[in-house]
Order: sequence, then C-alpha cells, then structure tokens
Amino acid sequence: MLEHYLSIFISSIFIENLALSVFLGMCTFLAISKKIEAAIGLGIAVIVVLAITVPLNNIIYNFLLRDGALTWLGFPDVSLEFVGLISYIGVIAACVQILEMFLDKYVPKLYTALGIFLPLITVNCAILGASLFMVEKNLDFGESVVYGLGGGVGWALAIVLLAGIREKLKYSDIPDGLEGLGITFITVGLMTFGFMSFGGIIL
Amino acid sequence: MSKFREILLTPIFKDNPIALQILGICSALAVTSKLYPTLIMCVALTITVSLSNFFISLIRNIIPTNIRIIVQMTIISSLVILVDQFLKAYDYETSKTLSVFVGLIITNCIVMGRAEAFAMQNTPGVSFLDGLGNGLGYSLILIVVGAIRELLGSGQLLGIDILTTTQNGGWYVGNNFFLLAPSSFLIIGLFIWALRSWKTEQVEEKEFLMSKNAPKEVETHHA
Repeated sequence: MLEHYLSIFISSIFIENLALSVFLGMCTFLAISKKIEAAIGLGIAVIVVLAITVPLNNIIYNFLLRDGALTWLGFPDVSLEFVGLISYIGVIAACVQILEMFLDKYVPKLYTALGIFLPLITVNCAILGASLFMVEKNLDFGESVVYGLGGGVGWALAIVLLAGIREKLKYSDIPDGLEGLGITFITVGLMTFGFMSFGGIIL
Repeated sequence: MSKFREILLTPIFKDNPIALQILGICSALAVTSKLYPTLIMCVALTITVSLSNFFISLIRNIIPTNIRIIVQMTIISSLVILVDQFLKAYDYETSKTLSVFVGLIITNCIVMGRAEAFAMQNTPGVSFLDGLGNGLGYSLILIVVGAIRELLGSGQLLGIDILTTTQNGGWYVGNNFFLLAPSSFLIIGLFIWALRSWKTEQVEEKEFLMSKNAPKEVETHHA
C-alpha cells in the first residue's frame, strides 16, 4: 500500500511534472522565475494550496458531482459532472482566500513571505489542472492527497531550477531579440527535454 | 472607426498576449502537436475571451470591487462550461484530445487579464473587440506553432499529406522531435526572436551590458 502511494508521489514529481511535462502554470512559471527567493516563495505557496485543494475537490467530486454520487441523498440518477469546472474553481478561490486570512492571523511570518503570490495562485492553471487530472485519473481520497502534494513539490522544484538558470543567464551576452522572454522559452524547452528522460520509467 | 481597428489589431502584433504579455502560455504548448485541435482550441478561446469581456463589461458598474474576481470567475467558468459541453456534444474526438485544456481556459490568464485590465473600464462593444483581438493574437501564435509542428513532424496539414512520408511511400522522413511538446517552446522562442527583430521596440533591456573592452570571442580554458 505504502509502495503504491510512494510511486504516485515520485511519478507526480518527475514523470508527470506539472510544469515541465504537462506545461501547467506556465505564465507564473515564466514571469516569476527571475530570482531564486521569489521562486521558492511561490513554490511553497503552490505546494500548500495543491495539497489542500486536490483532496478537497476529490471529496466534492466523489460525494456530490460524479455519476450516482447523490445516491445517499436519494437521487441515484443525477449526475452533476457538468458543473465540475465551476465548483473546482470555486473551491480553489475560497480555499486560497481562507488560507490567506488564516496565515495573516496565525502565521504572519509565512504570510509576509508569500505576499502577493498567494492571491495569484487562484489563476495558476497548475492548481485547477491538478484537480482536473485527479478527476481524469479517477484517484481515491488517499491517492489524491499524495498526488496533490507530489504535484506541488514537482512544480516548486521546476521553478526553482529555472530561477537558478536564469540568475546565471543574465550575465551572458544574448542577441537583442532573444533577451528576456525569448531565451527563457528556449531554456525551458531544453529543461523539458531533460525531464522527458524520466518518461519511460515504470514504477 | 480607426479606433476600433486599432483595438482589434494592436493585440495581434504590437501587444501580442503570448509573445509580449506572457499570458496564456500553457495551452499554447500542450495542444499544438496537430493543426486541427489547435484550431478548435483557438476558436474556443477566442469565443470565451470575447464573450467574457462583453458580459463583464455589461455589469462592470454594479460589481462590488472587493468580490469582482469571484464574479469574473463565475462568468468565465459558465462560458467555458458551455464551450466544453458544446465540444463534447459535437466533436467528441477532439474534446478527448484536448482533455483538460478546454477546462483550463478558465485559468487562462488572457481571459482574466483582459477582463481585469480592459473590460472593467470600457463599454461592452469595445471590450468585445478587445477580446476578439486578443483571441486572434493568441490564435496567430498557436496556428503558426501548430502548422510548423504538424508539417515537419508528420508531413501533413489538417491530416492532408503535404510532404509524403516514407511510411506512405514518399520521400519525407518525419521529424519526431516536432511531435514532442518541448519543440513548441523552441518554436515560440524563435518566433519571439523573429517578431522582436521586426518590431525592435519590444526588445527587453539587458540587466548587464557587456563591457566595451570585452574580447569578442571569449577563450575557453580547459582545466
């Protein structure tokens, strides 16, 4: 059993890395990777939010939305799957808001460290994407906890790596038109090649 | 009239959402291995961003500022659900290929970004045009990337043989590199380079300038 969870964890970090294998959360990934500290802050915020929202959406999907999920209320034929998208994003937005207020009150240090990244996360597609993949892969509750956590760690790892490369890159002589965004795209392209080497691994 | 034209055309080359504003990149990379799903994705996004801009602009004066994000989100996700259901009903195969990426239009920053930056301050008609322009700017890049990848990767465009591959008795050996997702990063990177060589005002400033006395070719020392 533990082995099963461990393999989900490892594969969500390396093999199906949210940023470098399925390309989610790219906008923030490219925009906020100039400095390592900022990247670490954002990475931690993503880990926390993913580890909370994916299991939460899993509960909502399994007990309210999926085909036949409302049997316990006496509606065995009702499927609410079509409101899935709006409920997941609602959960994510509410969750981020609550987390923000909670951190502000009880862990002000972490709150100031995360700063603007926390509200930004609502529109990070890695968060919604992970919930949608969770539904597509049909994970149960335990698996979804591990998947959320692993996905977050993988994304954080990727952005910190990119920030490290970009900090070095700014001292190099790059053609004018490639400066900034252009060279970042190419760097990420090469990084994804690196991560593709994990592709064939079967756990 | 020229004002409308400007609003419609600026986002396509001058202020392209992908190449300059760094918005909406995720889907640009993941769905472009074939041209057909790429086109469907472009249409889906253009419809969503134009309509969401229009509706958000309609009610911009009655949304309380502190809950505006939630209101915008609700409008956007309702539109995306409509697009998603429509696609599932009429083109199920493509909707399977696009998998979660249709749903992810909700968090596509182009939609949110334009709602927040443009539709909240402008009248519905103009906002609709702005959405259309940004949708087209996004489509331009996606279609270029999708066409390059499908042509060089499998020698076809929209499933029609252009360069007949050796498997089908032709001469072209398909370059599998272009079927892999990382190639789209390189294509977009080079596209940005081309665009910025043409429109030089988009070039970003260097953080550090090379010193004038620096040798043109730096010798590499091997330890």
